Amino acid sequence: MNRKAWRNVRLTMKSLTITIFTLAILFIFLSPFAFMVFTSLKTQDQISIIGAPIWPARPAIYENEETGQTLEMFTVPMSECEGSDGERGNQNLAIIRKGLRESTFIDPDELERGEFICAVSWRNLKRPWQFSPTWDNYKRAWESIPGTFPRVIGNTTFYALSTLVGTLISCTLVAYGFSRFRFPGRDFLFVVLISTIFLPAFVTVIPTYTFFQRIGWVGTWLPLIVPAYFANAYNVFLIRQYFMTLPRELDEAAMIDGANPWQILWLVIIPQSYPVLLAVTVFHIVFAWNDFFGPLIYLSTARQHWPISVALQTFNGIYGQQPQLIQAGSLMAMIAPLILFVLAQRFFVQGIVITGVEK
Amino acid sequence: MLDQLNRSAFRLPSLRTFRSLSPLSRREMRVGLIFLTPWIIGFLAFTLLPIIASLVFSFMDMRITDGILNAPQFVGLDNYQRLFSDPQIWTWSSGTRGSLWITLRFGLFALPVGILAPLGLAILLNNPNLKGTMAFRSLFYMPYIIPFVAAIFLWGGMLNPESGWINRALVSLGIPKESTPNWANDINWVYPTYVIMGIWGIGNAMLIMLSGLQSVPTELYDAAKVDGANSWQSFRNVTFPMISPVIFYNVTLSMVGLFQYFLVPLVVNNGTGRPGGATMFYNLYLYRTFFTFQNMSYGSAMAWLLFVLILIVTLFLFGTARYWVYYAGESRS
Repeated sequence: MNRKAWRNVRLTMKSLTITIFTLAILFIFLSPFAFMVFTSLKTQDQISIIGAPIWPARPAIYENEETGQTLEMFTVPMSECEGSDGERGNQNLAIIRKGLRESTFIDPDELERGEFICAVSWRNLKRPWQFSPTWDNYKRAWESIPGTFPRVIGNTTFYALSTLVGTLISCTLVAYGFSRFRFPGRDFLFVVLISTIFLPAFVTVIPTYTFFQRIGWVGTWLPLIVPAYFANAYNVFLIRQYFMTLPRELDEAAMIDGANPWQILWLVIIPQSYPVLLAVTVFHIVFAWNDFFGPLIYLSTARQHWPISVALQTFNGIYGQQPQLIQAGSLMAMIAPLILFVLAQRFFVQGIVITGVEK
Repeated sequence: MLDQLNRSAFRLPSLRTFRSLSPLSRREMRVGLIFLTPWIIGFLAFTLLPIIASLVFSFMDMRITDGILNAPQFVGLDNYQRLFSDPQIWTWSSGTRGSLWITLRFGLFALPVGILAPLGLAILLNNPNLKGTMAFRSLFYMPYIIPFVAAIFLWGGMLNPESGWINRALVSLGIPKESTPNWANDINWVYPTYVIMGIWGIGNAMLIMLSGLQSVPTELYDAAKVDGANSWQSFRNVTFPMISPVIFYNVTLSMVGLFQYFLVPLVVNNGTGRPGGATMFYNLYLYRTFFTFQNMSYGSAMAWLLFVLILIVTLFLFGTARYWVYYAGESRS
């Protein structure tokens, strides 16, 4: 082998090793998803049996198509059976008659052999497992999540969209103000805006809650929706960074044509800014879908308004002993954000990079 | 984003600058401020006013009983006296620690993991020999978008001492069943449990660090190689300084987040502090004071203590930044 080919082999080996290594980490990292899917399809019995397989299964049974008879399956050591003529090992057989000293079986794979007796007690035999997903868990979770699943998802969607509108409008306006106008004190205000991310939530939550409680807003959507219309640091920063990359020449050309600042924003800036506005949109929807603390404190008494996060937690409180339902409910709760992620990955990645890396 | 705070922008403009503005600049200022109005109103109504209000609350006696606010009374420093002698916060002796120590102890344990795990993963994904970097990047990020409550139940199931996969894996590796951890129910394992649950949140930091790594100019590595640097030296002297702003960003935000850590214990251990009071984090105690017992004034005093602590640690971090955070294009003085 010449030197160049040898080098290629080495490079391929190197990239194969590192790719397999990364795949192994990824596999462990994402294994809870498999756990969730498997568990959500199990029966309650299977979960409590020690030594049951990790995939959804039930003890195997044999159904005779002609007679319509169902028989339980057992794993039988064949050396104990009559007419085994030296057969060794275990086989899965259907039991006809259970006995403590000897039991009667048929072999589903070899029906023509007929019934035969093995010198075993059925109580000492293990039962083989058969793949059998319990789809019914999803139906039960759908119905028993507090408020029923469709309603909870409806509430969550309403929360996400009504706050999204406010976030988009207010953050765009504020970002425009910070990026396109020069005046003394602007940078100071911007620093104040950024510093709010260091503020511990409870310093503001306690008086705000007390105030909303006084005016009768606790138990309604208002304390969650109204503040979204007044801009927040992360999204203003994200949009402002994007606006600063847009060339000012277009603004100036529009200004010379007599456009006022509102028209410049609406007709020049926004049409160039779909990527960042989409990034804010997907972040906000994921944020609202995740938000647990806000709904918990403002809506915990108003069961009819519960979004998925609060409903799922209560669901866990009631059905905690039935992991298959909890996992089914969790899976149903994450479908919407997962779909959004698959459709809009690009915008997630861009948005995060802007906030974290840019100055 | 935090670089904004490193510059001298905290300086307020003097009155004279406003007076000497030309009519055109005045107009620009007026229009600019109109666009900032939503945030200015929001900041006054939902941030500044509440901060002042919670300071005032902390000197009062204010509670909500059965949905009715009592008549607030001025009680001076009573709440602070209680705050600084509250055994639930300060107990240091053996047995159950106070809430503040729980928070600090967990933070000292979780912060390095929260920085090193995403950094390690980003370095791995930045390896030029790796195939399918884009797909890996998306898949490692993906758990980040899973609703927090659902993610906790997934990990709760994984870490179930009986039926969870982690203990099953440990048993199949030959560890006796009796000595497998009891995870969230064991006083010694509950913090590792929380850290494991938090691993799913590294996607964000990983993406930021990865793009930091990708933006390091390759000439720098070439130059280091010419100078005979080995891979550790080139990481230490090229990679680390170049990505230090990104690390600084993540350290600062994780720190602020860890000081306020309480949603995971609230969901996993029902906010009871179980096992053995080990999960009564400072913010959880604060949450219970405010939300369960509806004691607004003691809650406010607690919140202010937290606020001051975060402020001190943040200022300290920003103070250290000049020794280890390197901003390209800026001369180091």
